[in-house]
Amino acid sequence: MSNHSSEANSHGSVGSYVTGFVLSVILTAIPFWMVMTHAFDNETTYISIVALAIVQIFVHLKYFLHLNFSENGKLDTYSFLFALMIIVMVVALSVWIIYASNAMMM
Amino acid sequence: MSILGKLSLESIPYHEPILVVTFSVVVALVLAIAFLVIRYNKLGVLWNDWLTSVDHKRLGVMYIVLALVMLIRGFSDAIMMRLQLALATNGDPGYLPPHHYDQIFTAHGTIMIIFMAMPFMIGLMNIVLPLQIGARDVAFPFLNNLSFWLTAGGAILINISLFVGEFAKTGWVAYPPLAGLKFSPDVGVDYYIWALQISGIGTTLTAVNFLATVFKMRAPGMKLMDMPIFTWTCTWANILIAASFPILTAVLAMLTLDRYLDFHFFTISGGGNPMMYINLFWAWGHPEVYILVLPAFGVFSEVLSTFTGKRLFGHKSMIYASGAIAVLGFIVWLHHFFTMGSSANVNAFFGMATMVIAVPTGLKLFNWIFTIYRGRLRITVPVLWSLGFMVTFTIGGMTGVLLAVPGADYVLHNSLFLIAHFHNTIIGGAVFGYLAGFAYWFPKAMGFHLNVKLGKAAFWCWLIGFFLAFMPLYVLGFLGMTRRLNHTNNPEWNIWLYIALVGAFVILAGIVFQLLQLYVSFRDRAQNLDTTGDPWNGHTLEWSTASPPQYYNFAETPVVSDIDAFTDMKEKGEAYVRKDSYAPIHMPKNTSSGIAIAGCITVMGFALIWHIWWLAALGLFGAFVSLIVRVYTTDVDYYVQPDEVARIENEHLDNVAKG
Repeated sequence: MSNHSSEANSHGSVGSYVTGFVLSVILTAIPFWMVMTHAFDNETTYISIVALAIVQIFVHLKYFLHLNFSENGKLDTYSFLFALMIIVMVVALSVWIIYASNAMMM
Repeated sequence: MSILGKLSLESIPYHEPILVVTFSVVVALVLAIAFLVIRYNKLGVLWNDWLTSVDHKRLGVMYIVLALVMLIRGFSDAIMMRLQLALATNGDPGYLPPHHYDQIFTAHGTIMIIFMAMPFMIGLMNIVLPLQIGARDVAFPFLNNLSFWLTAGGAILINISLFVGEFAKTGWVAYPPLAGLKFSPDVGVDYYIWALQISGIGTTLTAVNFLATVFKMRAPGMKLMDMPIFTWTCTWANILIAASFPILTAVLAMLTLDRYLDFHFFTISGGGNPMMYINLFWAWGHPEVYILVLPAFGVFSEVLSTFTGKRLFGHKSMIYASGAIAVLGFIVWLHHFFTMGSSANVNAFFGMATMVIAVPTGLKLFNWIFTIYRGRLRITVPVLWSLGFMVTFTIGGMTGVLLAVPGADYVLHNSLFLIAHFHNTIIGGAVFGYLAGFAYWFPKAMGFHLNVKLGKAAFWCWLIGFFLAFMPLYVLGFLGMTRRLNHTNNPEWNIWLYIALVGAFVILAGIVFQLLQLYVSFRDRAQNLDTTGDPWNGHTLEWSTASPPQYYNFAETPVVSDIDAFTDMKEKGEAYVRKDSYAPIHMPKNTSSGIAIAGCITVMGFALIWHIWWLAALGLFGAFVSLIVRVYTTDVDYYVQPDEVARIENEHLDNVAKG
């Protein structure tokens, strides 16, 4: 009971949280600006929104969830990736199964 | 609605002679046990040392006791079904009317998977895993106790269904629309839902607990890849539990909403889709079979390497093969419903994924054979189970690959061929593994040896009985007999049904031999004590403790520098070293909170089954209050003083020197 090994991973510093926050704000503001000003055509706007959203996911993972590949952090990262893989497999395959069986009944 | 909801005197099946007799026997047994406990003044021992214990070893023993009790219940169901099918030929109705027979096959499946196999596997894991990684206990000892009592609560509910109301008549998968309110208006399916839901939460918590344990509490020097193989296979099983049990919880919650609050997740007329239930059920159900069998693979690996006196062949490849099975096990679930009628591409994908699993499984088989090769295999009881497994499971694996061909499955789906196949893998794989582990670790857990002769007799009865009981089912499947038939009218089938009944009785003899073995071994325990703690010349750390292990496991945390950590210590002369002084050991205190919380949850489950809403609210409130009380209790730990540690350690070392 006394041998709980190494303390949990670092939970970030004020600096890293601020960096993450500023990056997130920028990545959110750009799509807003694109939509509000109609500066680009629709297709470019859609693609940019999706691309920036994906970038922002990584910003959150790195700065807020502290996922990294350091000695202490890689366990969290691997379990995150594993969970992601299982969810993608189960959800995607389920959608495929039910979609295909519905199509057979059309 | 009355104050007791749907519950009334008519709910008690006093007009069914079979159930009245069963009830009398159960009551007599409970009274006899209660009498013995009080007569020998063991009530305090039972409560303080066992029921409220947070010690992983004692919880493990209680899990296995639960599993054995439920094995007897599930086997009674099995032999009743075989007897019915042997009697009800040529149009004879037999002795079990359909509404009773349907409950029996549902209860048999549910009990054997959820309340026999799972507790058995978790029990072995509880006893062994923390010892193998050199930890003093699991990461969250109280949670471990709570998990056990939640599992026991589910088991209690399913047994209450025998005497109050009825159990589901849907088969253990409870597919809607049959399991929906329209076709199953009675309480049977509700018993099923709440028994599975409550024990499922316990199982999920166990997995989280043991994952935290292996990731955070390994002895210094033990890298992840250095963990013993049983610990590794259990870890893969725990990963599967953590990933798949939430799916079961969710799908049962949806079925609950359908039944209780008029939702229509699975009602076509309401825009729902019953196929989604089948899909989600098996998205849990298939990983579940690997949860059952992976730890059994770990047991065989430990047994074969110990009794050949060699290091396990391909330790690393075993770990990777288990991982491959665990991941692939998540993308094959559709093979349980090829005939649902998804597209040919879907069926082809899942068929191929299923066949691929045979590759890492075959690899394991070769690893075991190469472990035996040029070793000196001591033919002990655990080794017999392992060899029996290797033969039996190979047959089950091959019929599995056959069933994985969608075209073949369309012919064999829901036939007795399928029944023969999954019993072939679950009995020949998982159950043989647990029984091997039972024989292997029994001296460690209890401090005395099992009677060898009776153990061997039990093994041969199980093995021969298994083949007699299930090989005819393969034939019957080819002859076109489907599962869950109540009576038959085809003279061609009769002989095979008779042979299967004989097989069931031979297995019964095996179970009787095992109970006899327990009794004889306990009676003669004074002559069969394991004083050394290392009766088999073991390789891993659990054998470095006394038998039964000291309650704090290790006086000093061992430092590991090899996969076979204990062999390494013995070779270097670091084992059994007498220390001059010991540090105090920090230990958790026993608690009755687990019983209180799980007890209240069980009462809530019972109340929800019978629609006794006030009692359900009271149960939930009681569980919540018990949890708050526990959370605000600060007096949860104590220190074992160095002089007591020294006394226990010296006694153990004296015993080792004598032995």
